[in-house]
Amino acid sequence: MIEHYIGLAVKSIFVENIILAYFLGMCSFLVCSKKIETAVGLGFAVVFVLTITTPANWAINHFLLNKGALSWAGLPEADLSFLSFIAFIAAIAAMVQIVEMVIDRFSPQLYTALGIFLPLIAVNCAILGASLFMAEREYTFGESVVFGLGSGIGWALAIIAMAAIRKKLQYSDIPKSLRGLGITMIITGLMAMAFMCFAGISL
Amino acid sequence: MVKMFLTKSDQKIVKEGLWDSNPITFRVLGICSALAVTVQLKTALVMCAALTFVVAVSNVIISALRDMIPSKIRIIVQLSVISTLVIVADQFLKAYMYDVSKQLSVFVGLIITNCIVMGRAEGYAMANPPWKSFLDGLGNGLGYSCILILVAVAREILGSGTLLGYPVIPQTFYDHGYINCGIMVLAPGAFFFLGIIIWIQRKISGYTEES
Repeated sequence: MIEHYIGLAVKSIFVENIILAYFLGMCSFLVCSKKIETAVGLGFAVVFVLTITTPANWAINHFLLNKGALSWAGLPEADLSFLSFIAFIAAIAAMVQIVEMVIDRFSPQLYTALGIFLPLIAVNCAILGASLFMAEREYTFGESVVFGLGSGIGWALAIIAMAAIRKKLQYSDIPKSLRGLGITMIITGLMAMAFMCFAGISL
Repeated sequence: MVKMFLTKSDQKIVKEGLWDSNPITFRVLGICSALAVTVQLKTALVMCAALTFVVAVSNVIISALRDMIPSKIRIIVQLSVISTLVIVADQFLKAYMYDVSKQLSVFVGLIITNCIVMGRAEGYAMANPPWKSFLDGLGNGLGYSCILILVAVAREILGSGTLLGYPVIPQTFYDHGYINCGIMVLAPGAFFFLGIIIWIQRKISGYTEES
């Protein structure tokens, strides 16, 4: 049982890294990877939000939306799964609001550092994507917790590594039009290739 | 033909989204889906149609409601309009193009969090009348589509040697030892190719980023 969870964690962190294999969360990955401090802060915020929202959305999916999920309310025929998009995004927006208030209360420094990017987590594809993958692959509750945490760690790992590489890049002579976005894409491609080495590893 | 329907300023709004401030290459928005759905041209075309529909219609609706939306809760109003439209698009695909909808898997749902849609709603539709917002949405949707189709055509030809499922690389090439470039089908190929497209587009338009 434990091995199954560890295997899933390794898979979601390395083999199927949410950003390098599924391209989710690219926008904030590209914008916020210019400084290491911002990248670390945002990385942890994403880990936190993903670990909370994926199981929360699992509960919404399991008790409200799936076919037959409403049988506890006397509606065994109801199938509300078409509402999953709107229900998931509403749950995510509420969670992000809470995280924002918590960070503001306990770490004003981090709050100012993340600035306008914190509300952007709500529309970070990685968060919604993880919930949708969870629904599509029909994970159990335990699996959804591990998957949420693993995806978050994978995303944080990628953005922190990227920020470190971009810091080094400041000293290199890149063609003018390739600077910024272009070179970042190409480096992300190289990183994705490196992460592909983990393919096939299973516990 | 185009000139009959659109005035000069209308054309400018469309062109703005298509080239001058193309959402993908210039503003770095909506990259996620641009990479994930471009292994094949077919999925890319469906994705483009779905996104253009959502961004144009949501711009019209939000622009029509802009005086009624209290500014404090505007994000959640925008999100609900957008997710409703995405649900419509998703149900339509499931009903009429089930195979493609299976291939796109979660990426139709991810149009909700596509920054282009939110960005246009927040940045343009909240301050402009419906017709102009519609054109702006259309321009941005098409600008996104151009890049997507370009990436998809290249990745499908180089990666699998086909276009829309039909083989385009002659058999003689394979007989002489040509092999498909496997990396183009995988994630890194998408990153490299988009990086190169951005480079070329910026070289031509002369835009540079200070780093």
